[in-house]
Amino acid sequence: MSGILVVRDLQKTFGSLVAARDINVAVPPLQIVGIIGANGAGKTTFVNMITGHLRPTKGTILFDGRDITGRPSRDITRLGIARSFQVPQVFTSLTVFENMCIATAIARASDRLLAQALTPLHSPGSVAEAEAALELFRIATYRRTLAATLPQGVRKLLDIAMAAAGAPRVLLLDEPTSGISIEEKFGLMDVVMAALKNRRITVLFVEHDMDIVERYADRVLAFCDGAVIADGPPIVTLENPRIQELISGPKLNMTASGSRHA
Amino acid sequence: MAPRPLITGMLALLAVAAVAPTLPVWLVSLAAIAFANALVVLGLIILWRSGLVPFGQALFYAVGAYAVALMTRYTGVRDALVLIAAAAVLSCLAAFLAGFLLARYREIFFAMLSLAISMILYGVLVKTETLGSTDGFGVEPPTYLGYAPQGNMHLLMLFWLVLAFCAVSALLVSLYFHSIAGTLAVPVRDSEIRLEFLGISVSRLIHLNLVIAGTLAGIGGALAALSIEHVDPNMSYWTTSGGFVFVTVLAGAGSVAAAFVGSFVFELLKSIAYDSLPGTWQIFLGAALLLTILFLPEGIGSVFARFRRPRKRETTGARP
Repeated sequence: MSGILVVRDLQKTFGSLVAARDINVAVPPLQIVGIIGANGAGKTTFVNMITGHLRPTKGTILFDGRDITGRPSRDITRLGIARSFQVPQVFTSLTVFENMCIATAIARASDRLLAQALTPLHSPGSVAEAEAALELFRIATYRRTLAATLPQGVRKLLDIAMAAAGAPRVLLLDEPTSGISIEEKFGLMDVVMAALKNRRITVLFVEHDMDIVERYADRVLAFCDGAVIADGPPIVTLENPRIQELISGPKLNMTASGSRHA
Repeated sequence: MAPRPLITGMLALLAVAAVAPTLPVWLVSLAAIAFANALVVLGLIILWRSGLVPFGQALFYAVGAYAVALMTRYTGVRDALVLIAAAAVLSCLAAFLAGFLLARYREIFFAMLSLAISMILYGVLVKTETLGSTDGFGVEPPTYLGYAPQGNMHLLMLFWLVLAFCAVSALLVSLYFHSIAGTLAVPVRDSEIRLEFLGISVSRLIHLNLVIAGTLAGIGGALAALSIEHVDPNMSYWTTSGGFVFVTVLAGAGSVAAAFVGSFVFELLKSIAYDSLPGTWQIFLGAALLLTILFLPEGIGSVFARFRRPRKRETTGARP
């Protein structure tokens, strides 16, 4: 198996609970991978292991051929794998611009803390990159707004823009459209996917809305009970009745469960 | 390009230094102690910005003070700069060691753990005869690069030395507040997870802030020991730490200058209250803090910020 991100026999157990079992996935560069599955299927556990938030019980994770299994999340970020969060992790007492500038300044600086203590936050480079990122993610009009008062969609975009600072090669988005109204979802994903394509970033995104997955993913990984039960192009995978039933329940309930997540 | 408040602050310090010889001795002496203590407060401001309130900062204050006192007592070293440098190194080391434990805790756990560590030092000082026990001991007047001032000149030299350390510390801390690491204090309060996923080790960052704050407290303690000419275990007691927190609340975390103004106002209030209400001076101080919290919830520093803000808007508006 080869690819920018290769996962081999990945397993995670919490006591007797198996949150991930024998996951084998290879993601080639620039692929857009949708991760689907019911709540508790192991999607976020998978994301957490790749980004170093959780240490796998077994198995290896290779990034660009390099073993990153069990490394702390800050090292993995420095190597080039970033993530956004289901609940946006932004600095709520700062403005949108300050949030973005912190992300770009950290990404540009050396990872030595003492160097960071001697480098000013606002350098021409960090400011220009922050401005460019706000434009790219279409949130520049909010630059002076406190992050605490942002509409949910903008906060999601800011969270993703901050994760994408410093040109990561792989970006994992955990439910980028959760908490967003149905009318806004496609607009948000259009902006995000265009921006990430522009930056040539490989994307893995967790998503409950199958229309979103179908529209944006090149490939779908379906999780059930900690295991990958289907892996293929969206049309093939999503049409599989077994997958539909396992992931979304009987067809009638699909909109109901979808709106509960919204 | 130095920011305007920094220039204003430095000019204010120079003005204070220039008029000092004409001021009454009691006021210069009070200001020397107030500004020495302001260095501790400056360190607390660094920690407070990330939501940490140490109730044991007197630990490092006492380490600095005792370092100076013990050196004048047991060695021939008298030079003020050497004494203070030694105090700074020792308190830095103490903060570095304590930091391995403290940097892992937040909120009340951090506050209580820091208090506990400082009370250990208090216990050691009280029980150890060679360290002066409960009475402490006197501190010999220092020399300045070989110059040994006489009479009033002694106090003035010391005051100028305190001001010089304040100026340098204020300058360095303001620079730090504009650096990447220094700006991350507020983000630490908002989302440690995001910081970790941006590639920052939050515990290392807090450890660095603890070392900076501890070193400032040690220098403050050294200068206070030289100003008071005496050290005793009360310098490490939790009420001393509480006093520094009091001044930090009074000053607010908004500006570097507030630490100095806040500390001076506190010492002044304390001595006025002590003079006029010897038995009940704490009530006076308590009322002052209450009024500050009610009417200036962000401390004295917010007054400066209020003056500064409209001017800032003008300059950014003028830029093309």
